[in-house]
Amino acid sequence: MKTRPDGRKFDELRPISAKAGIVKNADGSAMFKIGDTIAYAAVYGPRELYPKFLQDPTKGILRCRYNMMPFSGAGERVKPGPSRRSTEISMVTEKALLPVLNLEDFPNAVVDVFIDLPQTDAGTRCAGICAASIALADAGLWMREMVSSVSVGKVNEDILVDLTYEEESAEGEVADIPVAYLPKSGRVSLLQMDGEISKDELVKALELGRQASLQIYEVQKQTLLDKYRGESNEE
Amino acid sequence: MRNDERSHLIKFLEKGLRFDGRKLDEFRPITVEYGVSKNAEGSSRVKFGDTELFAGVKMSVEKPYPDTPGQGNLMVGVELSPMSSPDFETGPPSPVAVELARVVDRGIRESKAIDTQKLCLTVGEKVWMVAIDIVTVNADGGLIDASALAALAAIKDAKFPSYDGLKLDYNNHTDEPLPILKRPIAVTVYKVGRHFIIDPTGEEEEVVDARLTVTSFDGKLCALQKGDLTPLSLEDVESMVSLGLMKAKELARHL
Amino acid sequence: MGLLVNDKQIVIPGEDLASGMDFLPSHGTFRDGEHIVAAKLGISSVDNRIIRIIPLSGKYMPKAGDNIVGRVVDVTINGWRLDINSAYSAMLSVKDATSEFIARGADLTKYFNFGDYILTGIINVTSQNLVDVSMKGPGLRQLGEGRIIHVNPYKVPRIIGKQGSMVTMVKDATSCRITVGQNGVVWIQGLPEDELVAVDAIRKIEQESHIPGLTERMKEYLDRRKRKVDSNENKA
Repeated sequence: MKTRPDGRKFDELRPISAKAGIVKNADGSAMFKIGDTIAYAAVYGPRELYPKFLQDPTKGILRCRYNMMPFSGAGERVKPGPSRRSTEISMVTEKALLPVLNLEDFPNAVVDVFIDLPQTDAGTRCAGICAASIALADAGLWMREMVSSVSVGKVNEDILVDLTYEEESAEGEVADIPVAYLPKSGRVSLLQMDGEISKDELVKALELGRQASLQIYEVQKQTLLDKYRGESNEE
Repeated sequence: MRNDERSHLIKFLEKGLRFDGRKLDEFRPITVEYGVSKNAEGSSRVKFGDTELFAGVKMSVEKPYPDTPGQGNLMVGVELSPMSSPDFETGPPSPVAVELARVVDRGIRESKAIDTQKLCLTVGEKVWMVAIDIVTVNADGGLIDASALAALAAIKDAKFPSYDGLKLDYNNHTDEPLPILKRPIAVTVYKVGRHFIIDPTGEEEEVVDARLTVTSFDGKLCALQKGDLTPLSLEDVESMVSLGLMKAKELARHL
Repeated sequence: MGLLVNDKQIVIPGEDLASGMDFLPSHGTFRDGEHIVAAKLGISSVDNRIIRIIPLSGKYMPKAGDNIVGRVVDVTINGWRLDINSAYSAMLSVKDATSEFIARGADLTKYFNFGDYILTGIINVTSQNLVDVSMKGPGLRQLGEGRIIHVNPYKVPRIIGKQGSMVTMVKDATSCRITVGQNGVVWIQGLPEDELVAVDAIRKIEQESHIPGLTERMKEYLDRRKRKVDSNENKA
């Protein structure tokens, strides 16, 4: 059977580890590592939002900030501060998470999600969303369900999940498709693609990703249970 | 209440105690890890108690500065990530972050920690640029000393990327470490009332009167920075420098 | 059909708790077709037919009747704004602060200044989460010099204990004055050595509240720590 450069099967995720509660100052936090991509996420809030004109009197707002540490990327140093790329990813991350939240109890307030990546090897926005989802649950927020995100794609003839940087930058026909799944309802809250792929291949890739997202969900669940384990043995 | 908290801390210090039970001149538990970010030429993660930060080195080939045509370039950046404290905000570096970066930068530069002449490839044309970036993950006081230690650990961990005279290959690192000559250690001594403490928690840091960062290598001073509002007497400076020099030896053992 | 989780089980958002129409969704849950689903991380609680989630984390949600510790962050024309460790700040108006007559335009910082900590009672929370607090009530007062620590607001009942038994035990063992706000802000005042024991004890209760035998364990812990403090004092 054909395998990938790192020996994985087509539908196989890279090794995952995660931990909740890693930033003591935050209201909720998590680390999510998939392969060599590591994302830290911290949630602050709901808290008061200033300047006042940003406030929404009907509900709280969500603000996400995605940030690669300057030394985290393959190749050159990433200049600190927002770039067009990080601004877009921050925005799509927000949109990926918002559908599961209900911030109606927090008019005029804000929930801030900060994602920092100390090391990257593709799939950074997906890892950031996975970490942020754990952090939001850890922060005790109302959530319809978790968000489990993974990239799928095509490298020449093969439909794959969780592409590495090496696979993304392979010669030939390549498609990279980051997806955020709502694991329970099976819906999708982030979908982007660049590259080349046929409609049938896309459908196949999204289905493969859906199966993979369920494995990610299990890791997210265990991570939260690990932090709060034992709390159920009430005296 | 700020005064209340300050006088409360002083009551502790009178008894030789800190808010977390430490002695006045005692560091929190310190850990230093190397090689925590594989795309960086060198990296470290440092913890002082609940304070945690990353440092990473990226190297590139650039034109030298006109006034130092035969020397490599050095740059230190600090990002106080909004992740690490409810008090830090998104946006351009705050004056606090800039001061922090410059204090760390000066320690490395003025001690000649890196032999910048060895970073020269072609005089006046091509030199190595060494960029050290520090990013906080959780801020609970003592950021200056932790940042300086993390920066040093990251340059100690760094290896040159492959360079054939035309192209840099970040995927292949050589075994060649950075030419390190000195190990400058920053110890910030804080004054509260008539007491001197090191490595404050965030809670303690809020009520200190003044601070003096003492950067040294092998018992020699290479950079100083006084901070916060209260002026210091010359006797204070002498005591703080002595304590800083003494504690630097202890901190150096963590590298 | 029926319950899909045990009573007192840790669940995460999106988990199905029950199926069918035999159960009713309450706090931290919602109905999604046939299912009752958890919307918060917490412990499932089944009481007859009612299912709810007891949260384990999150910001303090202000509610009328709670006594909370606030810190003065602003002084306005008619009162003080307090940070109450919640999503929203609280307002203490002059008329609710004291029965003393305060002339219009008086310098309010003479009463409470920036940074002061005050134990107040919540009198009203509006739909826009404006929180009004008062100082008229037993024990409500300005807290003097001391130490402030923050604890998980959901652990406050365990720190206080039944009829205040737990916090009383810590107070008695350490001779400290301790005030626990429902908002997770705790004020402690005592001798330095004693305060360190009190802070550690409160942290230990916070961390181990779920392990059975807490009261006994805390009694032993406090005895042991207290003996150590006493013997150090004798040496000194």
